[in-house]
Amino acid sequence: MTREQKRKTEGFIALLLSTLAAFVGLFWLVFILGDVLVHGISALKPGLFLNDPTPPGIVGGGLRNAFVGQLLITIAATLIGVPVGVLGGTFLAEYARGRNIARLISVLSDIMVSVPSIVIGTFIYAILVKPMGHFSGWAGAVALAIIMIPVVLRTTEDMLTLVPWTLREAAFALGAPYYKVIIQVVYRGAATGILTGILLSIARVAGETAPLLFTSFNNSFFSMDMQRPVASLTVTIFQYAMGPYDDWHAQAWAAAFVITLFILLLTIAGRLIIKWRYK
Amino acid sequence: MDQLKIEVKKLNFHYAGNIHALKNISLPIHQDSVTALIGPSGCGKTTLLRCFNRMHDLYPKNRYEGEILLDGDNILSNDIDVIGLRSRVGMVFQKPTPFPMSIFDNIAYGLKLKGVTKKSELSEMVERALKHSALWDEVKDKLHASAYELSGGQQQRLVIARALAVKPEVLLFDEPTSALDPISTAKIEELAMSLKEEVTIIIVTHNMQQAARMSDWTGFLMLGELIEFGRTDKIFTAPSEKLTEEYITGRFG
Repeated sequence: MTREQKRKTEGFIALLLSTLAAFVGLFWLVFILGDVLVHGISALKPGLFLNDPTPPGIVGGGLRNAFVGQLLITIAATLIGVPVGVLGGTFLAEYARGRNIARLISVLSDIMVSVPSIVIGTFIYAILVKPMGHFSGWAGAVALAIIMIPVVLRTTEDMLTLVPWTLREAAFALGAPYYKVIIQVVYRGAATGILTGILLSIARVAGETAPLLFTSFNNSFFSMDMQRPVASLTVTIFQYAMGPYDDWHAQAWAAAFVITLFILLLTIAGRLIIKWRYK
Repeated sequence: MDQLKIEVKKLNFHYAGNIHALKNISLPIHQDSVTALIGPSGCGKTTLLRCFNRMHDLYPKNRYEGEILLDGDNILSNDIDVIGLRSRVGMVFQKPTPFPMSIFDNIAYGLKLKGVTKKSELSEMVERALKHSALWDEVKDKLHASAYELSGGQQQRLVIARALAVKPEVLLFDEPTSALDPISTAKIEELAMSLKEEVTIIIVTHNMQQAARMSDWTGFLMLGELIEFGRTDKIFTAPSEKLTEEYITGRFG
């Protein structure tokens, strides 16, 4: 075999292996999405959103409680997590810029991002659920917020750091106090980046099950009382998929489809904002 | 005419880490005139300029010694209101620094900081500032477009308009044309010179011709020291220091 033939063979093998690997990955992704789509759409009925669950074994009913519960918990988590994340990121990028404390918090929140979410669930169980004596929607929201905070915090810090320092100097030179420089000039420059980070962090927590199992638990009845256990889509999917009834399985598929779609749309929105910003 | 606006007295400046950047500088800044600060890179001319609006305060551990008197008050004293000082002493930077907002909002920003809230008053003052900096005709149809849509030269004139809008007494220019093409440069120079009736101008420049064209007074700095200060025509025709002569004839720097 000449050198050229050898080189071509090696090139072909490398191409073949990497193409194969890409297709193996893609196959499962398409398989999962396709499966969720096929099973989910066929089970998707208006009643799913309008009715509450029927007693086990009785066909019919819907998941209104879980949709509303999921929405409540996610909104509450966002309301807790986003301000803390954005303000914390602002502290790191502005007031503590270059200080050791900022570096330390940055590293710690990078570690926090990769902490298994079930650990956070048990942690909230210990500090909120146990003392309160029962599961509650708030506990679930706090658990999700804790997962969001490091994501939002680091994105905010990165985006603020990208705003050129000369822009701040120009605002200072006009006689602006620091908080006005941050709110009126720096945030504007970083707004789309921060917004993207927030959307992606919501997408990240919307699909979490483990932290909710220990905190908001589940509720077969419609309830908007965040002091009490609240149903969520993810925990309901878990419970219904493990259950013995075909009707439950169908509803679990439908719920999985809706939540996948929701996360997909959030992620796409996040990407579009980035594209629109840097066109 | 020959009234002093600013008097620098025995100014020493140390950057964090004890870098002695300005050594015993004393010089007068005459009211309603253009003063140019020239010198080779690293001589301290920008450092000196940034003392006049206390820009160094933004960074920890910078240290001033000596006095800078603005209308007789020492602006380096601890109890001066730095934010108030900066609305009296404006600054234009080397690179244009429009804010990420519309052309109108850029100008209105400083006005709002000063407490102007009435819409009619704002738009009137914005228009006046833009006319003043000869930008009005170019932007009057797109006041609410992003300031980033303007060319570099237009952005720089926008920034000057923004600084002028708050009616400063002194305007600091830090190499305002070094990032611009010759035509934009000419426009900025023309604009700056037209302003000296109402505002005292201090300009740092690397461009010798620019200093000679624009300024009434010139200070030549080297290695943190003021080598010579005097009337621009004298500095450029008959400097009394050998170093000054060597620098302006291009023998170094």
